[in-house]
Amino acid sequence: MAMIALKAGGRFKSAVSEVQVMVIKAPPGEHRVQCGGVDMLGANAPAPEPAAIDSADSGETLIGKRYVNADESLELLCTKGGKGSLTLGGAALEIKQAKQLPSSD
Amino acid sequence: MNITMILDMAADAFGDRVGVVAGAQRLTYAELRQRAYAGAAYLRVSGASRVALLDVNSPAAAVAIFAAAYAGIPYVPLNYRLTRAEINALLARIAPAAVIAGGEHLALVDEREGIRVIAREAFLNLPDTDEALPEATDDPRAIAVQLFTSGTTGQPKAAILRHENLMGYIIGTVEFACAGDDDAILVTVPPYHIAGISAVLSSTYACRRMVQLEAFDAAAWIDAVQREQVSNAFVVPTMLGRIVDLLEKSAYAKLPALRSLAYGGGKMPAVTIERAMRLLPQVDFTNAYGLTETSSTIAVLGPEDHRSAITSNQPEVRRRLSSVGRPTAAVEIEIRAEDGRVLGAGEAGLVFVRGPQVSGEYLSQGQAVSQPQGSPLDAEGWFATRDRGYLDADGYLFLDGRADDVIVRGGENISPGEIEDVLLQHPAIADAAVVAIADEQWGEGVAAAIVLKPDAQASIEELQDFVKRQLRSSRVPQVIAFRDQLPYNELGKVLRRQVRQELAELQPQPQTAVA
Repeated sequence: MAMIALKAGGRFKSAVSEVQVMVIKAPPGEHRVQCGGVDMLGANAPAPEPAAIDSADSGETLIGKRYVNADESLELLCTKGGKGSLTLGGAALEIKQAKQLPSSD
Repeated sequence: MNITMILDMAADAFGDRVGVVAGAQRLTYAELRQRAYAGAAYLRVSGASRVALLDVNSPAAAVAIFAAAYAGIPYVPLNYRLTRAEINALLARIAPAAVIAGGEHLALVDEREGIRVIAREAFLNLPDTDEALPEATDDPRAIAVQLFTSGTTGQPKAAILRHENLMGYIIGTVEFACAGDDDAILVTVPPYHIAGISAVLSSTYACRRMVQLEAFDAAAWIDAVQREQVSNAFVVPTMLGRIVDLLEKSAYAKLPALRSLAYGGGKMPAVTIERAMRLLPQVDFTNAYGLTETSSTIAVLGPEDHRSAITSNQPEVRRRLSSVGRPTAAVEIEIRAEDGRVLGAGEAGLVFVRGPQVSGEYLSQGQAVSQPQGSPLDAEGWFATRDRGYLDADGYLFLDGRADDVIVRGGENISPGEIEDVLLQHPAIADAAVVAIADEQWGEGVAAAIVLKPDAQASIEELQDFVKRQLRSSRVPQVIAFRDQLPYNELGKVLRRQVRQELAELQPQPQTAVA
């Protein structure tokens, strides 16, 4: 996919593992999102050419966690966990600290 | 974007955790998904365009919400307290449909083309499906839930909530798997209420065990809290009143596992919440304000707000106990004047809300398929809740009743709540509802239906004087009628339209005409 426009609700899957994410919010313009050093694919894209995870990446992406860039203009929700770290334009995304919300229902 | 994601995530990450408990029945999250798959397979074959639920709380309610989503059709829980004729009129509006009915509700469904009935137990015991279901639709605009709102006049309206609305609410207000292994929430709101829908979705996303009660009863509620070691619950104000009554006069342990009690769905009497906080000091209380059209909660008064309010000497902090708190992070709220001007802190007007969870949409009358009326949101995406209120300087929202309930007397707007609050301070009064009544001179006047406490007495003149001492004379009810009880819906909301109709038949008493 290389550079793609991200919009809220958009879903992507890793080319190297089980990881899936949903876009919660995203900056305008086109961006490069990778998992394990390889471009992510649209959720409904056909099965990719087998790709190998970047051997330098020993990271893991965790189900239910929100991943953000430095200024938090991008937020991805991991809907399926697996191997590989998430990056935006080569910069690692970090887990957003969960706010403890009072349960209202 | 689809609410199936909520169950998929819970079942993937915590498949072995118990998700639903109803009496002796238990389903893990993995089993809940398996049952939802089986339900979806049944629904696909049935050709239904909708799946309705006509039942009290049971595991079928949780299964049906997700089964509908996996099958790509809207879920339509119906109010089982409606008359047979009303229920069948609603079913005619959603045909072709499958109807899941429990117990005695099975017999309420008339035979009709396009309506296929399945008993609750049969629905919960459908054969496992090996067939892979087609991917649930990714269309965020697809309708997930259709709720008929209880119009007191005319036909019920069909409110719709899209997948994007419900997902906006869940992702904006709940952290995935935030519940611990031992957490459990007691669900007593009926499945056809928005709070019943959001309870299933929020609990599943939080991976919190749901303990279902078929219907509310204070003793059964307390028993269930103790038996299932319930940590969380949501109640409407009348329920909390009855729970507190029973806890106060009985030897119940004070519910040691209970940590969090949320309430909403109507105005909480100050005396009830104060009693509850004294009785259950270890419990975190949360007041949640929301509407069907907003996919549930839009403002929250949290535990810290409750504690600081009840211990404060400052009137403006103490008053917050009667507010509905501040907007959640998922929405914005503003107050507008009748002419659309945005109002500042402390200025009362109409409450508007904006955010992904806000639908505000209804299906057009008589339209069988999804053809919503024009967007109810304004150009900037704001929805008029039709509630009145104001935000204080710190952003706490105070509600002041429905815009439709305001009494316009000689051009002056009078809020029924203000007069009811005064009346309820009278030692003889147990309950009061203030409504508009036609008045030749002023257009509208003030009328009150009053329920006296057992063995208490008060004259009309005495009550009028009581109001007059505290409020302007225009607020004094010109008609007062005594009643044995006020009409409430099953969730404890007073039915003002019914009170208004009853009082409209009474003549104003001329000697109390006040200027």
